[in-house]
Amino acid sequence: MKRFFPLFALALLAALPARAETLTVYAYSSFVGKYGPGPAIKTAFEAECACTLDWVALDDGVAILNRLKLEGAGSRADIALGLDMNLVAEARQGGMFAKHGKPAAKLSLPVEWTDDTFLPFDYGHFAVVYDTQKMSAPPKSLKELVDGDPAQKIVIQDPRTSTPGLGLMLWVKAVYGKDAPAAWAKLKPRVLTVTKGWSEAYGLFTKGEAPMVFSYALSPAYHMEMEKSTRYQAASFSEGHYLQVEVAGKLKSAKQDALADKFMAFMLTPGFQGKIPTGNWMYPVSDPGAALPASFDKLVKPAKTLLLPPEQVAANRRAWTDEWLAAMSK
Amino acid sequence: MTIERAGIALEAVTFRFADMAMRFDLEVASGAWLAVTGPSGAGKSTLLNLIAGFETPLSGRVTIDGRDMTGVPPAKRPVTTLFQEHNLFAHLSVADNVGLGIDPRLKLDNAQRAQVGAALAQVGLRDVEKRLPAQLSGGERQRVALARSLVRARPVLLLDEPFAALGPAQRREMLALVGQLRAERGFTVLMVTHQVDDALHGPDLAAFVNDGRIIAVDAPAALFARRDLPELGDYIGR
Amino acid sequence: MTRTWPFLSALLLLLAVGGAFYGLSLEAGGDAEWNEAYYWRAARFTVLQAGLSALLATGLAIPVARALARRGDFMGRDLLLRLFALPLVLPTLAAVLGIVSVFGANGWINRALDAAGMGARVPLYGLTGILVAHVFFNMPLAVRLLLKVWSAVPGETWRLSAQLGMDGNAIFRRIEWPLVRRHAPGVAGLVFLLCATSFTPVLALGGGPAATTLEVAIYQSLRFDFAPDRAAVLAVLQLVLCIAALMAWQALARPMPAAPTSGRGDIRPDRAGTAWRDGAWIALAAMFVAAPLLSLLLDGVGPALLRVLGEAAMWRAMALSTAIAAMTALLSLAISAGLLLGTRHLRRTAPRAAMPFLSLGLVALVVPPFVLGTGWFILLRGTGDPLRFGIAVIVAINALMTLPYVVRALDPALAGTEERYGRLSASLGVDGWHRFRLVDWPALRHPLGLALGLCLALSLGDLGAVALFGGGDTATLPLMLYQRMGSYRIDEAAALALVLAALCLGLFTLSEKIVGGPGDN
Repeated sequence: MKRFFPLFALALLAALPARAETLTVYAYSSFVGKYGPGPAIKTAFEAECACTLDWVALDDGVAILNRLKLEGAGSRADIALGLDMNLVAEARQGGMFAKHGKPAAKLSLPVEWTDDTFLPFDYGHFAVVYDTQKMSAPPKSLKELVDGDPAQKIVIQDPRTSTPGLGLMLWVKAVYGKDAPAAWAKLKPRVLTVTKGWSEAYGLFTKGEAPMVFSYALSPAYHMEMEKSTRYQAASFSEGHYLQVEVAGKLKSAKQDALADKFMAFMLTPGFQGKIPTGNWMYPVSDPGAALPASFDKLVKPAKTLLLPPEQVAANRRAWTDEWLAAMSK
Repeated sequence: MTIERAGIALEAVTFRFADMAMRFDLEVASGAWLAVTGPSGAGKSTLLNLIAGFETPLSGRVTIDGRDMTGVPPAKRPVTTLFQEHNLFAHLSVADNVGLGIDPRLKLDNAQRAQVGAALAQVGLRDVEKRLPAQLSGGERQRVALARSLVRARPVLLLDEPFAALGPAQRREMLALVGQLRAERGFTVLMVTHQVDDALHGPDLAAFVNDGRIIAVDAPAALFARRDLPELGDYIGR
Repeated sequence: MTRTWPFLSALLLLLAVGGAFYGLSLEAGGDAEWNEAYYWRAARFTVLQAGLSALLATGLAIPVARALARRGDFMGRDLLLRLFALPLVLPTLAAVLGIVSVFGANGWINRALDAAGMGARVPLYGLTGILVAHVFFNMPLAVRLLLKVWSAVPGETWRLSAQLGMDGNAIFRRIEWPLVRRHAPGVAGLVFLLCATSFTPVLALGGGPAATTLEVAIYQSLRFDFAPDRAAVLAVLQLVLCIAALMAWQALARPMPAAPTSGRGDIRPDRAGTAWRDGAWIALAAMFVAAPLLSLLLDGVGPALLRVLGEAAMWRAMALSTAIAAMTALLSLAISAGLLLGTRHLRRTAPRAAMPFLSLGLVALVVPPFVLGTGWFILLRGTGDPLRFGIAVIVAINALMTLPYVVRALDPALAGTEERYGRLSASLGVDGWHRFRLVDWPALRHPLGLALGLCLALSLGDLGAVALFGGGDTATLPLMLYQRMGSYRIDEAAALALVLAALCLGLFTLSEKIVGGPGDN
């Protein structure tokens, strides 16, 4: 045990950067990772605030909310960043979040934003992304996806374990309403497999396992910008596309209250928003300070935005998931 | 170096093995050599294990040289046991195996190392110190174990059929060696054996064990000549 | 010490598991209802897939192990056996991607079938996919465990069989099969437990929610429904299910033979004429295991690898991962030592209690790490910021997860030295540290090298505990891998998977060489 202790102490020490005036922000891991917008945002904010911005990387939005619920008032988080809009109702119920004042900038979103607790920081539409080398005629609507050739497979995510998975479930619900189970039953033979999260699904897709994957309308932008490849494209659906809005909120228990307010304001400035398009591959919600990359012009522009109210989602999520389970397990 | 002599006594010692109840009463004078005979499963090895401390009596007590052995762990009893096999650690050299009898931590000084060599010489082994047990014959391995009992210098020697796997001539040699060591060192010896012949070549007493009890103790020749014990007749095939 | 250490180990284990459940029960869940039919179906599927996986993995391992036993001398045999340790210790996501590269819809096999102009394709997703993955993970383990059965056949037996003119079939029926029949159920039992709690492969390759196991339902309760108390109930259900399986396993299993004898395959009489068949089995098994690993290598080597290797963050993550793995291994060995000492003591005094006591070490195998983690998180938050304990809890949970392997590897050796030398040591007064140094260590160091290697590698590949207790500064290699995938950098994720696999293999080999000492398996 004696030999074990110094090692342990060393690891602890390494894990504790000690500096005054530190703002702690919980975010999901790909946001703060090397290629996410996190590092650049940290630099930009620290230059303005003369403080330290401490990212805490968690799995995803669900993990952030669960962590906050577990920690209660003792949480060291000042801000939670990266909750999916569908989690907002649930997050509000806990009474953990403080109301924000007025947004510091005008928001440009496909929907009107009225929430007084959470502020959006980016958005994007879900979309079916397909491989142009394997598919010349992608489905033009959700209906075509559901009714199409079962030999042309799609990889989707599980609504029980992932945010995009939930997004697809809600999309089908928004389009089909009470006929959603029948639609799922019809789609089922087209589904190659249902993965735990987006990463696994996208990994299988780029390995060529299926010509389609459930992803984001902005996914092709990554391939066009970074790989100069137009191979992967999003299919435009005539019923409209389901929207994902990612939000942030300040905790009531924030120890750095003033700094947190400062960050919430900073979030809507070009210093933050400018890092979103090619960092998080999402649309900024306010002026990014520079023109969007050229490839963004070639992306699918949904004619219509689909969105179910967060309260309705929170109230029915469990029942809809069971419905999905029943239809997909037959 | 002569060791202090010790007599052994079992006073109303009871023990249970599976569904066999055993009860032993026995007195062995110090310096005696007792052969323990009897059919398989009669309780001969159990008798030795009770003395060595590998088994704990349900009731009664074992004394050695007048000292109550209840609660004394095997290593602290004035006893050395030789088993039928596995008397040596296969991965340790002959010298280390004997040395363990001097110090269980195997930290030996030069004098003690010399003592190991002398003990090996005394059992008739030369230049085997560095060998591993697998490189010796069966008889040589038991000689090494005997050499260890010499350096341990415990007054009681318990032999649990250690020579059973040897040929007649070798067995006779080993019995002679035990006799010689006993004369030199004054061991009290208890020896389990299946061979009437073994009991007649060395031991001055023989006990007959049957169904968990010691039925008779006598001089070996006299014991095997008795006609009043049908179990003994069955055992030796008369 | 012989009393307190086992006591402390057992106490620590019970506290760790009991505490987690207590913590979960404190946190009443939301309004989510108890969907009985759903859980019942999940339990049934858990048993079905784990049962089939265990049968397949063990069934296939028998001919492979037999071929390897009979061919004790070919070049690369040691390398192959080391390769066989890899699937178990690879991060599951990396392994799953490797499997997809080979067996997937666009994998090597199907592409070869297409190129050959055959209409047929091999479907992967569904129960097949789960079974392929589980056989990939566990068949090599089963081979390694079963090989010990052959090494315990005394040389005399082979000479005797030669004298009696027994051919291969007769040898199998009269000598090998009776041994295999005694030991295979134990191996299958272990595989069953490992598969019952498998998670990522089930979700990635299962094809849909029909392939829902209890582990998935538990994860769902914790993550999506945030109902820790219900997660606890489901985890207890899984525990009961697995304990039932464990008891069945122990009723069937016999302890593995301990000290290898001189039973080398090279004096077997049935070597002549079976080279082709053995070669085929060995080659098939080697290809099955090596192909996904090879695909990891092919996917991982490239410009992304250079990029990743040039990153300071990667080296920091590697150092942290290695430090956590080292601490895990030490803690796991310390707890196992207590369990093993206690078991040895019980074998002398109360033999019936020995195996149940040892089985304590297996408990952690069937309690999902995220259940342990969440339960402890709830308990620790009373003390302020639970993240302060981040690394300690990660190490503790990883150590619990690795216990079964350590106990399983070391117990037979220890039981063997007790059987052979227990009395002799007691009569000579060789006990405590000296008993360990002089008697147990020589027999123990080989399996210890294996156990330590497994500990290190399993902990390196872990994601469960890290994902829960990690924060910004606890970026381990697997976490980094996921992060890169989440940012579309699939090439860098593949490079990281390769780095991780190489590190696993390196540490594994190192500990087998240094601790395990010279000599082969």
